[in-house]
Amino acid sequence: MKVYDRYEMVCGVEVHVELATKTKIFCNCSTEFGGEQNTHVCPVCLGLPGVLPVLNKEVVNLAIKAGLALNCEIADFSKFDRKNYFYPDAPKNFQTSQYDLPICKKGWLEYEVEGEKKRVGITRAHMEDDAGKLVHSGATISTSQESFVDYNRTGVPLLEIVSEPDMRSIPEVVGFLEELVRTIQYTEVSDCRMEQGSVRFDINVSLRPHGQQEFGTRTESKNLNSFSSVRRCLEYEIDRQAQLLDKGQTVVQETRTWDEGQGVTLSLRSKEEAHDYRYFPEPDLVPLVISREWVEEIRQSLPEMPARRRERYTSLGLTEYDAGVLTASKQLSDYFDEALQNYGEAKTLANWVMGEFSRLLNAKQASVEESPVKPKQLAELLTIIDKGTISGKIGKTVIEEMFVTGQSPEVIVKEKGLSQISDTSALLKIVDEVIAANPQSVEDFKAGKEKAMGFLVGQLMKATKGQANPGVVNSLLKEQLSKQ
Amino acid sequence: MEIATRTIGELHELLESKAVSATELAQGFLTRIEAVDPEIKAFITVTKETALEQAKAVDEKQARGEKLGALEGIPMALKDNLCTEGIRTTCSSKILDNFIPPYNATVTDKLKEAGAVLLGKLNMDEFAMGSSTENSGFFPTRNPWDLERVPGGSSGGSVAAVASDQAVFTLGSDTGGSIRQPAAFCGVVGLKPTYGLVSRYGLVAYASSLDQIGPVTKTVADNAWVLNAIAGHDAKDSTSVSLTTPDYTQFLSEDIRGLRIGVPQEYFGQGMDPQVEAVLQEAIRTYEGLGAIVEQCSLPHTEYAMPAYYLIATAEASSNLARYDGVRYGHRTESPEDILSMFCKTRAEGFGSEVKRRIMLGTYALSAGYYDAYYLKAQKVRTLIVRDFDQAFEKYDVLLSPTTPTTAFRIGEKSADPLTMYLSDVCTVPINLAGIPAMSIPAGFVDGLPVGMQLMGKHFAEGTLYKAAYAFEKNTPFHKVKPSLSQGGAR
Repeated sequence: MKVYDRYEMVCGVEVHVELATKTKIFCNCSTEFGGEQNTHVCPVCLGLPGVLPVLNKEVVNLAIKAGLALNCEIADFSKFDRKNYFYPDAPKNFQTSQYDLPICKKGWLEYEVEGEKKRVGITRAHMEDDAGKLVHSGATISTSQESFVDYNRTGVPLLEIVSEPDMRSIPEVVGFLEELVRTIQYTEVSDCRMEQGSVRFDINVSLRPHGQQEFGTRTESKNLNSFSSVRRCLEYEIDRQAQLLDKGQTVVQETRTWDEGQGVTLSLRSKEEAHDYRYFPEPDLVPLVISREWVEEIRQSLPEMPARRRERYTSLGLTEYDAGVLTASKQLSDYFDEALQNYGEAKTLANWVMGEFSRLLNAKQASVEESPVKPKQLAELLTIIDKGTISGKIGKTVIEEMFVTGQSPEVIVKEKGLSQISDTSALLKIVDEVIAANPQSVEDFKAGKEKAMGFLVGQLMKATKGQANPGVVNSLLKEQLSKQ
Repeated sequence: MEIATRTIGELHELLESKAVSATELAQGFLTRIEAVDPEIKAFITVTKETALEQAKAVDEKQARGEKLGALEGIPMALKDNLCTEGIRTTCSSKILDNFIPPYNATVTDKLKEAGAVLLGKLNMDEFAMGSSTENSGFFPTRNPWDLERVPGGSSGGSVAAVASDQAVFTLGSDTGGSIRQPAAFCGVVGLKPTYGLVSRYGLVAYASSLDQIGPVTKTVADNAWVLNAIAGHDAKDSTSVSLTTPDYTQFLSEDIRGLRIGVPQEYFGQGMDPQVEAVLQEAIRTYEGLGAIVEQCSLPHTEYAMPAYYLIATAEASSNLARYDGVRYGHRTESPEDILSMFCKTRAEGFGSEVKRRIMLGTYALSAGYYDAYYLKAQKVRTLIVRDFDQAFEKYDVLLSPTTPTTAFRIGEKSADPLTMYLSDVCTVPINLAGIPAMSIPAGFVDGLPVGMQLMGKHFAEGTLYKAAYAFEKNTPFHKVKPSLSQGGAR
């Protein structure tokens, strides 16, 4: 019997997102990733004696923006608190975070899992500062002779988003995280570069027998920074918990860490060993008073969110699948929308964007923004195909050329002499030549062999290097053959 | 020429008239420190080179024919919890014995900009925790009036240096009375400004919501001159208030007719030395003689201030002092077994017992299950204390009390009993909780030891305090009396 037949899983997540400010949350140091160790530091983010934090207002702007995108209430009055714990990557030995008055609360996010709509509650989202990075000579801090700290990341602003325990399956969890990251990317409050650790997931999961009201004992797994790690971690952890429960044992409430290499979760600390963070209001910062005008101003700057875009696309006649592919990244969706301004056939445009355009972009290993073919140029290309200036097939050649040269389709068509021949008198001459050169096929056609017609069209296209208008060619050929 | 006892105003005139050069002044004070400080022990670090360099720059400026600012060329010193770039800043703690800040506190920068000459860094109770300067991790400072007695604390070095004429003025910091209590014990003028008036950037934090930097001077006028230089908004301190500060010297007027003075009866309670009380009663008569209206008043929640203070201050301290872990700077224990033992041993070796006591108290007060009963309740008490003062200031311009219930006590007298020690701040602590300004000025003597009078004002009403203090000073002789030091002749 499978785990899911025996137990229902209950899962909630905490997501740490690095906010995309130029400078750190409490000082003017750069937030840029990858600088030489300990070069993006100053007395403030190093927590030297006597320094004081000054809140970067842009962090608040971005937190509000993310909160609005996640349908949260934005607090009128919010404050920072100190979360006290000793660790060498935290220069003050406390984190400046938010405890009982977070900037955002009571939001939700809706997405589709296996064709079903799913809504997950967002408990809260709060601002805090990131810690530094430890480098050990051995495997862990306790087994190393030496450890080094890089404080470049210290003070990079984070938004911690906490969900309700609303998810009941792994696809629901992964779907939620994908939609969350997508939503955050749409707001541009974070670049969400998972490989650089700018998004990190903590997963709280428990099992309970089907029908049981109260939750089982949960574990929290930390150190996850990809969707696939989340999936693997949940598979492992659910299995581990189920085996314990099957044997009549209890799950220990604890914090565990995901070991990517071994593919297992390992105990970090039990409930008894859990930190008492001794939260108290940060006395070095004044409380935040957030006016409704401020919130409204930010609301106006919000882009259309992916869920809303998907609805709009399907209303334009696209399939759910196509709408999903196009909205997977804001860049692609923005590209599509801009092209749509200049070319109204949504379905055709979608096929080209998802087909030739994406294929050529991938081959070039370029991002949508880096594309040499601008949305307007793609729209122009589709327009001249519709007009009959070139065929769809020639269009594929033209877009390849556009990716190389960045020139407009008109210029390419003109310079390469690719425009379609629709001039009847010019074509008539060639039709006659083809008929004269292929008497056997003409005979076959007369004898009722339809295939012969195809051959003759092929010959004609060859003679015109594919530029003949197929429709005109067909009718001219039929007309001339009937005269034979 | 005798220079050591002079005020800022007098020395400014001497400099302007070229009767003395800034270099001569600096040299004079450095010589006096050499002579006097071995018995007072106010200085942890003497910055001779810096002082002579800065003085030379002032002389050069004057040689170019430029006019000098009020503090230009005036020798001063800073409490050792105020960061000075390139100059050791220890907080009188072994854990910061070797700490050289790479940056200046805002007040350090402001005084530098004003041209004041830095003579050195001053002893204090470790991390500003204490009332006698006996908690210094290095050595105790002695009271210039009686070397067997404490100068008070925690700014004991700042106050003793001014009282023994080793500096014209100094800066101290005041979290629960740390400027005013020693100013009273040593017979000088000490101001704790309104919370938010002076930037705390670069003041090594003890209790962030209570700490303020303030001037220690020989006269009220000098105090106003120094406050002019250090007050004002600082973008680096979010709690510094954004307002235009007045020229505080404009308030120095002798005419206080009609000034309404309240005398809170709770400040004359248990533990009060009757002789100190008598001095205060005489001071009240002086004020009445000057045309002020003096009345008894009440601040009913005063008795809760001390416990509230020791919860809030220690809670904040437990978090503020967490950063001293041996990882980045300061003392680190030799060959620890692992990271936890490095933290524990470093802190066990680096902190003195009073600091450890307060860290433990504060950690306990913030712990899960105790937070509501201690920290949160203390914050509620704080609100009540603020309300007490608000109500009193509806009726009065200034409140008057003793600064301390007794005169300076003997070295060692209270160090075995922390609670008795804490009670020497009973009159000063409520002021920090309320965030209002208060100052201590010399009000008389008991058995040859100075008695301080505390004047309290509304938020940002430092001007009113100066006015009341100046009128008293002009009509009394106490600030002119000097302690007789064995080396004191060479002023």
